[in-house]
Amino acid sequence: MRILGISGSLRRDSHNTRLLRGVGELLPEGVELELFDQLGAIPPYNEDEEHETPPAVAALRDAIAGADAVLVATPEYNASIPGVLKNALDWVSRPVQGTPLMGKPAAVIGASTSLFGAVWAQAETRKVLSTIGARVVDREIPIPEAEDALGADGLPLDDDARELLEATLTELLELAEPERVAA
Amino acid sequence: MSVATQQDISAGTWSIDKVHSHVGFAVKHMVVSTFRSRFDDYDGALTVGEDGAPSLEGYVNVDSVVVKDENLAGHLKAPDFFDSERYPQISFRSTAVRVQEGGQLEVDGELTIKDHTHNVTARGTISGPHEDIAGNEKVGVELETVIDRREYGLEWNAPLPKGGFAVDNDVKLEASLELVRQA
Repeated sequence: MRILGISGSLRRDSHNTRLLRGVGELLPEGVELELFDQLGAIPPYNEDEEHETPPAVAALRDAIAGADAVLVATPEYNASIPGVLKNALDWVSRPVQGTPLMGKPAAVIGASTSLFGAVWAQAETRKVLSTIGARVVDREIPIPEAEDALGADGLPLDDDARELLEATLTELLELAEPERVAA
Repeated sequence: MSVATQQDISAGTWSIDKVHSHVGFAVKHMVVSTFRSRFDDYDGALTVGEDGAPSLEGYVNVDSVVVKDENLAGHLKAPDFFDSERYPQISFRSTAVRVQEGGQLEVDGELTIKDHTHNVTARGTISGPHEDIAGNEKVGVELETVIDRREYGLEWNAPLPKGGFAVDNDVKLEASLELVRQA
């Protein structure tokens, strides 16, 4: 089984990218996590340019189509979803009939340097993914003060956050399992 | 530590030793956690008249609020919260100070935050006077009170995706003051 990890942060030392890498080590045998690394190459969405799919958009569509599930890790900018992440999801939502997110199992996790652990960005990312047609795990994992909250392995040090993360991953894998069987 | 009575504290001005004092606040956030912060720039004094009647006055420079997240610091200084550009100081002026049996302390006074002034009663303890190793005469004052921040124009809040609100309305104000008698 393959899970596509999308970090909503472009920063080199991003907490959310570290978190995704940590998750990759936490997954059971037979489940791989692939990180999408071209988010920064996706141009601003413009319907006029839909007929010529930009390469990075094509890469994201292919990566989602080829994955059994999608796991988004998002920071929170000004109490909301980062623009680059929303822009990428807007691109792959089009055309509506052909989006690779339709019916795709998805989950959202998030870390922020604030006190609130990106709860609003996570909620809005879940809303966006559901609107596009994904099957979204209805859980949030607030990881506040991320610089202190994540261990060297990228995973939360707090036991409660770790349990929430594992529960979310379990639910995501359960959602993805029938797809793998069908494929 | 010795217990003060009103008669023990001699007439004169007792100023705050800022190295050994703390002025801050605590508020529930994310429904269950308690967030604490402090102000680094403040001043004040306890003044005891020849008749033995004490009074307490002080101010805080809002821009000196100490939080770990620079985005939060910016938000706290913004009009949503303290609006420090228009209202750079928080001030307190006592109207009655009662030193009771066992060093119990009650201070009535006017607290001004932004353009709102309300009467509050802070409770705590007073201890000393005690001579330190340098021969200075010192007293210790611990005070706290709870205010509803909305009465002072700090009305920002946001619903959390899974229920409840980001920040509680009740805020505990805390002062631990080491006061040194001026010659």
